[in-house]
Amino acid sequence: MRGNNVLGILFAYVHEERVRELTENRVMASIPYGGRYRLVDFPLSNMVNSGINKVGVITETNYQSLMDHLGSGKAWDLSRKREGLYLLPPFGAETTRRTDARIETLSSIMRFLKNSHEDYVLLSDCDLVANIDYRDVFRFHTEKNADITLVYRRGTSPDTDKNCVYTIDPEGVVRDMLVKRGSDADCNYGLGIRLISKDLLVKLVEDCMSRNLYDFDRDLLQRCLPDLRVVGYEVTGAAYPITSFGSYFNANMALMDPKVRAQLFTSTQPIYTKVRDDMPVKYGLGSVIGNSIVADGCFIDGEVENCVLFRGVQVKKGAKLKNCVIMQDTVVGENTRLDYVVADKNVIFEQDRSMAGHQNYPVYISKGSRV
Amino acid sequence: MLPKQEVVAMLLAGGQGSRLGVLTKNLAKPAVPFGGKYRIIDFPLSNCVNSGIETVGVLTQYQPLELNEYIGSGQPWDLDSTNAGVHILPPYQRNKRSDWYKGTANAICQNIPFIERYNPDYVVVLSGDHIYKMDYSQMVAFHKEKDAACTIAVYEVPMEEASRFGILNTREDDSIYEFDEKPKVPKSNKASMGIYVFSWDKLKKYLIADDEDPKSQNDFGKNVLPAMLEAGERMFAYRFEGYWKDVGTIESLWESNMDLLDPNVSLDLNDTEWKIYSRNPVMPAHYVAKGAKVQNSLVAEGCNVYGEIDFAVLFAGVYVAPGAVVKDSIVMPGARIEEGAVVQYAIVAENSVVGANSVVGERPEAMENKDDWGVAVIGPGCTIAPGTVVPPKAMIDAEEVDK
Repeated sequence: MRGNNVLGILFAYVHEERVRELTENRVMASIPYGGRYRLVDFPLSNMVNSGINKVGVITETNYQSLMDHLGSGKAWDLSRKREGLYLLPPFGAETTRRTDARIETLSSIMRFLKNSHEDYVLLSDCDLVANIDYRDVFRFHTEKNADITLVYRRGTSPDTDKNCVYTIDPEGVVRDMLVKRGSDADCNYGLGIRLISKDLLVKLVEDCMSRNLYDFDRDLLQRCLPDLRVVGYEVTGAAYPITSFGSYFNANMALMDPKVRAQLFTSTQPIYTKVRDDMPVKYGLGSVIGNSIVADGCFIDGEVENCVLFRGVQVKKGAKLKNCVIMQDTVVGENTRLDYVVADKNVIFEQDRSMAGHQNYPVYISKGSRV
Repeated sequence: MLPKQEVVAMLLAGGQGSRLGVLTKNLAKPAVPFGGKYRIIDFPLSNCVNSGIETVGVLTQYQPLELNEYIGSGQPWDLDSTNAGVHILPPYQRNKRSDWYKGTANAICQNIPFIERYNPDYVVVLSGDHIYKMDYSQMVAFHKEKDAACTIAVYEVPMEEASRFGILNTREDDSIYEFDEKPKVPKSNKASMGIYVFSWDKLKKYLIADDEDPKSQNDFGKNVLPAMLEAGERMFAYRFEGYWKDVGTIESLWESNMDLLDPNVSLDLNDTEWKIYSRNPVMPAHYVAKGAKVQNSLVAEGCNVYGEIDFAVLFAGVYVAPGAVVKDSIVMPGARIEEGAVVQYAIVAENSVVGANSVVGERPEAMENKDDWGVAVIGPGCTIAPGTVVPPKAMIDAEEVDK
């Protein structure tokens, strides 16, 4: 059955500076991932699969590719008369946002928030690849009688200085939270997903605005810890925060593990994406392929090993690809060799080219380049 | 009254397709999977949309459930517009003379009210069992230019095969003077493709006359078209060039899938100007494991390939285990080929499981008696026990396996 009492809000743009290469022409949310997805597909599909049927997507700049991807929201079943998908660009009816500070952003969509009849709001960033059932988060929130629930994962932090690190007591209550930190040892790092009642969110945002406080983590969440009941919900299993170019590469490569794929792509909670109506992959005579993910519309005549190939990629005869992530419609010419290369969309590698990066430093080729 | 549509297409999708055996036991022929991610009906539907035809009536009768579900609102083909779009037209009860569709002409005749709502000038009649890409708008333009009552698309077949087809004999100007159904001595090699363009006022007149004739079998080829020719209506043959295949039999269905793997065959499914649309499965990109061997094949999303495939068409969500071999075969959505199994010259239908070390089908060159050879078919939902040998030409039915 559809419908629950939760409104979804996606911050499509946050943390773009962490993967500057990939966000030059697009927002964080529309970074291609895993052969056929964009990062937004994960939080958006999770929301829809969890019964959330009203989602607002907040954008800042560069959001054309995201609008193109989301369209009316049909692919996520969000194109409907009751509720559905709402794009919230910076130029609203009454306000024009000038900063990408989250609190000001939320303040600028106050009317949207207040007009929504849902009692709860799930706020999510678009930099996490994971399949999470938010119904479990909601249940936890209710059981713990929480004011705010923060979703975290336990392990070594993805970065040394970019995480929210929580101290959580055995009850599940967040006792302390450090912003922009990391840890060598196991820690509880935030995944950028928060559940909060709508009235409380409105109150906290208005309070911050009236005090000239703009940092969501420091000024809103951290300040709440002493007075409100903030709890942590632990996610186990596959979850890949995209916090750097390296982590983006590794998150793609993680898909070669059948266990990871089984956790990310379940038949009961599928990840939806825009349909492109490509034909199935055509493998030619003499093609050699191993340990690779290949999306529809590819033509493979060369050799491919440990690669993620997006829709419509062409690998010509004699080409050898190893440890590469090749995005939509890129063409790899005859006898070209690539190793540890991330090629953006519509790149053309001519014949007999050779390029190699390193495991720690894959080479990035920007959108539409000709090599 | 709905806005006028110059052309309305009527797609005959009600036939049983009995020659496809177990594949169409619980499924209408147009819904049979084809080419890794399509179903047969995607071809005429996509042709309609790409030709600018916005209104399509799909006449269903035999096992319509899965076909209806597949077509749904018509959204995957852009056929969900407000005042036009795709409509499923099953036979229905009326206050007198309720009946099943008795023949192809009767199916259209029973839906005259549907067609009239759009006040069309032309009606295109299509069938749901051919694989081809065709611009119907060019055929309609030809029909207008010739001021014809009826235009029939023809395909030039090799003269020695002409006796297997319905042949049209034409004059210099492509006007038709004779129908020759499976002639022993063919006078021409122009085979009817089962694609007709009619001027609606003419078609309506002949459909009503045909309906009033108790002796008629209410069939286009047998009754309506000969009646029109006899009455001296202007009828023309429209020559089609390009790939066209009737996939009404197991052999032709298998061959047509294999044609997709042949670089010399002109059916291009990758043409962005003429896409074949389909309802896409929600599955991740496919995975090919280390040690797998993949050549000359089509592989759809959601597949996991650990074994060896050569000249194979794998539909969405197929699993080929390590050590399994699939050659010259079609494996339909959700099927599993277990370890060590060998599948060759076979069609494995949806959600079947070929158990470990089973052998399905045989290479024709390995047969002593070539007449015993044929494509082996594993029906939908069959579980073949490990170590089973399924001979060529066999057709395995899930219900009989259970017994």
